[in-house]
Amino acid sequence: MTPKRKQKLFIILGLVSLAAIAVGLTLYALRANINLFFSPVQIAQGDAPMERQIRAGGMVKEGSVSRDPESLDVEFVVTDYVDDLEVYYSGILPDLFREGQGVVVIGELQADGRLYADKVLARHDENYMPPEVAQALEEAGYSPADYQAKAAEVGKRLDEEGVPQASEY
Amino acid sequence: MWAFIHKLGSPKWFYGISAKLQPWFWAAAALLIVTGSLWGLAFAPADYQQGNSFRIIYVHVPAAFLAQSIFIAMAVSGLVFMVWKIKVADMAAAVMAPLGAAMTFVALFSGAVWGVPTWGTWWMWDARLTSMLILLFLYLGVIALRGAFTSRDSASRAASVLAMVGVINIPIIKYSVDWWYTLHQPASFTLTSRPAMPTEMWLPLVIMVLGFYCFFIALTLMRTRSEILRREANKRWVQELVTGQVVKVPAEEAR
Repeated sequence: MTPKRKQKLFIILGLVSLAAIAVGLTLYALRANINLFFSPVQIAQGDAPMERQIRAGGMVKEGSVSRDPESLDVEFVVTDYVDDLEVYYSGILPDLFREGQGVVVIGELQADGRLYADKVLARHDENYMPPEVAQALEEAGYSPADYQAKAAEVGKRLDEEGVPQASEY
Repeated sequence: MWAFIHKLGSPKWFYGISAKLQPWFWAAAALLIVTGSLWGLAFAPADYQQGNSFRIIYVHVPAAFLAQSIFIAMAVSGLVFMVWKIKVADMAAAVMAPLGAAMTFVALFSGAVWGVPTWGTWWMWDARLTSMLILLFLYLGVIALRGAFTSRDSASRAASVLAMVGVINIPIIKYSVDWWYTLHQPASFTLTSRPAMPTEMWLPLVIMVLGFYCFFIALTLMRTRSEILRREANKRWVQELVTGQVVKVPAEEAR
């Protein structure tokens, strides 16, 4: 490589690394705001603003869903297996909504500590399997316990490093 | 090795070798995509939660893979062009951009269609979706920059710089689902870890991904060849190739 080309290569690589550092620092500064939702732990710690539209996410707690037979009203608990958040919603739930499933709820946190949702979105995990396999796993005792083991691990990590402060929503 | 790379940089030699390689990639792409689509859409089992809408994965994931790989390929070509002044690299980068933009659009569109039955929304400003939208804008920016200059050399330099700087977005797309809370789930299919699905679902996906890559290579070879003919139209070998006879070129042009 001629010295001129070498110099050019270093200039380009230098510029790209500087740009990468700038983007990296920006994203690091905005890290709490880039999160799509608050977890129940963050809400319990008072990081989420009250009476403003926020998004909260977690797992629908097993056995917590109660539907009003007369209307579309539904109440359920969103959990990250560390803290719980009570959610009230009136409307049609997505097909994938079920207990033990991830959800993102959009709504306002009221003074009674409940979240009044305008919209409920279902999350799904990265695992795909045929129905027969799912059934076999269920019969073999597979349950959201697997999620719980993972959540306990995450909860411990959060305790150790401290939950990042969500500044302005 | 170096001799091979130097030859690859010669438009004439590239024109010859790509003619030999091209049919193989077209054949492989056709075979893999037809097999993968039939297998994935008709024979692979449905998902236990999503049912048949899960089959969108067989288009969505390969398109998203290509969208990101093409951008990296474009940035590397841009670097080769800027540092070593290899014209073929710039021609390849120029013809890759529209396909990359198309693949990004396919990934975004198929993701939106998939999002309606599964998430309950077709769009959400989460980190993965937003960074992918930025990738589409980067592609459109690269294409627009090439058209914005009257001098081809300036256009090539500007497009190369944007591609090289824009490549920073690729790790952000890839790791967005791990770094932040997003609506989009983490990757089910990576080159390094065990797939998060059984073999009868995973194998057609691998076939589709390979098929899409072969399609990309074949199309890039084909379009680079026509770009070579277009840009080298006043070169002696191109005129001889087109007219089929020996062309007399004035001494100062025969370089």
